[in-house]
Amino acid sequence: MDLNYTEQQVAFRAEVRQWLADNVPAEPLSSFDTAEGFQAHREWEAKLYEGHWGMITWPEVMGGRGADLLQWLIFEEEYYAAGAPLRVNQNGIFLLGPTMMEYGTEAQKQRFLTGMATGKDIWCQAWSEPNAGSDMAAISAKAELSNDGQHYIINGQKTWSTRAVWADWAFGMFRTDPESERHRGLSFILVPLDLEGITVRPIPQLDGLPGFAEIFFDNVKVPVDCLLGEEGKGWSVAMATAGFERGLMLRSPARFQQAAKRLVELYKENQATADADPAVKNAVLKAYMDAEAYTLLTYQTACRLVQGGKIGPESSTNKIFWSELDRDMHATAMSILGARAELLAHAPAAENVGNWLDGWLFSQSGPIYAGTNEIQRNIIAERMLGMPR
Amino acid sequence: MNFTFTEDQLLFQESVRDFLVNEVTAESIRALWEADTGRSDALWQQLTELGLTAMTVPEAMGGLGMTALDFILIAQECGYVALPAPLVHIALVVVPLLDQLSGDSGEAIKQQWLPAIAEGRAKVMVGLEQNVFVEDAHTADLLILQKGQALYALTPEQFSYTLNESVDPSRKLYSISWQTSDANLIAEAEQAQCLIDGAMNRGALGVAAEALGLSQRMVDMTVSYTADRQQFGKPIGSFQAVKHLMANVAVKLEFAKTPVYKAAYAVAEQLPSANVNVSHAKLAATEVAQLAARNTMQCHGAMGYTWEVDLQIFMKKAWVYNNAWGVVAWHQGRVNDFVFADQAAIGAGSTFVA
Repeated sequence: MDLNYTEQQVAFRAEVRQWLADNVPAEPLSSFDTAEGFQAHREWEAKLYEGHWGMITWPEVMGGRGADLLQWLIFEEEYYAAGAPLRVNQNGIFLLGPTMMEYGTEAQKQRFLTGMATGKDIWCQAWSEPNAGSDMAAISAKAELSNDGQHYIINGQKTWSTRAVWADWAFGMFRTDPESERHRGLSFILVPLDLEGITVRPIPQLDGLPGFAEIFFDNVKVPVDCLLGEEGKGWSVAMATAGFERGLMLRSPARFQQAAKRLVELYKENQATADADPAVKNAVLKAYMDAEAYTLLTYQTACRLVQGGKIGPESSTNKIFWSELDRDMHATAMSILGARAELLAHAPAAENVGNWLDGWLFSQSGPIYAGTNEIQRNIIAERMLGMPR
Repeated sequence: MNFTFTEDQLLFQESVRDFLVNEVTAESIRALWEADTGRSDALWQQLTELGLTAMTVPEAMGGLGMTALDFILIAQECGYVALPAPLVHIALVVVPLLDQLSGDSGEAIKQQWLPAIAEGRAKVMVGLEQNVFVEDAHTADLLILQKGQALYALTPEQFSYTLNESVDPSRKLYSISWQTSDANLIAEAEQAQCLIDGAMNRGALGVAAEALGLSQRMVDMTVSYTADRQQFGKPIGSFQAVKHLMANVAVKLEFAKTPVYKAAYAVAEQLPSANVNVSHAKLAATEVAQLAARNTMQCHGAMGYTWEVDLQIFMKKAWVYNNAWGVVAWHQGRVNDFVFADQAAIGAGSTFVA
């Protein structure tokens, strides 16, 4: 065990820090759940790509730097510390990209990966259906092969598709074998959202913005080269998408460390009123310690992977930990803010309180998306602890 | 940056675990509850033969010269079996304290006691004021006792002791009657304070590692129990209500381990962050141990409340560790002082820099 960064790692951090200092927009971009904010975030992605910072763990030929997971963690630390914009293309680069590297054909990699990393193609997910939420194997949207074998004809409905309102492409699972049941007979298909027969109906979220949407498919013709992996083997492709390394990339510890730091500052600024409830200080302390614990475990896992180790079922504890940490720390911020906590960002007396409210709202979704925490608990009990089904 | 244990460290942990699980059974622990001293010389002999008493003793004193980091996985395994012997205390707290003594008298104590500890011939225990009671004074060949900002070394004829029975029958806690005397003084003022602070850190670290092992053991026992126990025609472990109680422990346990390993590293490397790291580790590990005790007892139903079921061996130790080597508020206070200081080094990128 050696918990010192190498000279190369220190130099890499300095390089990231310098580039971000020179390039991160001085004013925060508007929410990417607005048309204007979405466009601004797309442009930011193009800028990142130009600097070869779009997806540093990808090979150089794909616009990356061939960086390892430790460099990735360092990059993320600097990225969050610099207050750089959220990644509007995260579905593409963090979820679909790694899956495509494993399951995609060469032609698919050539065609899709660069667009993903530059922000030219923004991807949304199309998993959930009205009757297939936690029970994803209940998917019923159909993709039938056309008579000439050139297309899949898709019919059905997907829902809760984050950023589908402005996205260019969707990836998800469809039932290619109409006779099949449960997780057999599903296929992983990529769908351009501008095809005829697709209707995207925005769903306003708790903040009133159309952060997700329903997608209706009415005889949509998708070329067969949009199948990822084998037909009927979509379940295993999807499981890879849900795998840990992607999970690790989706929610970096740096994000929560920065939030905990802001919470400590918020507490200090409001200490006189906050201390009226003695539980608040301990909650702030707990936010700090839990963010540290998440960082430590992530570093340990990254070190193991860099040395060729494998991820075990214990990684399923991650999602519960960060989502509950995020929710708890925003609840603490709300307590500290008191009567002003409910103010929207543009309210005259809001000052900078609204950012905490946005975070609080978003933190409410954490225990629900990416597999509810109850489903995660089942997985932990069955696959990690070996309890009976 | 390499936050992993070596293959050798992990293999040694595994072999120690195999040994302990076979030798230190619930039956043997219960037998010791009935025995005179509650301690077994034969077991101590076995631990010595495995090299465990010599691990942290410097090579020049007949030991293996290993650090708190090398020992931490062993401490975890001691917790897993609720080892009824003061191995963690001696290896982590006592040996480094003795080793840091200086001057002629300090050198004499080291020469006399460190080789004897390594060879399993002597047990030395430390009594700090913060812990109120002294563990295992009845079988100690030497006590190091704190009085204010001074430490004294006392041989058995120089003190008398009174047993205070603990809810954990394996724990032997004593009140000590003794007199300070210049002849017994081994450190004072700043030097003593430094030794006391270091001992508190290492004691808390040891308890944190043991708490990880205790938690894992309670989980393992309960997974097994809930797979066997049937109600409504099914194993109760198949019910989500039971699974989720257990999953909650598993999540907390997973995220308590790395703070303990980071703290062991910080202690071994004498990093400035050691106090904060140790307190974080102690808080996280004892918190999961409390949850493990509560949830695994719940999963056992009324059986969990009986003397007969072995869960109590581990559960009671988990309870008492919450207040051992610094109560919760004390450890929180140490992390507070760091986190709420002006210009505190917190936030993204600070974890391995401070």
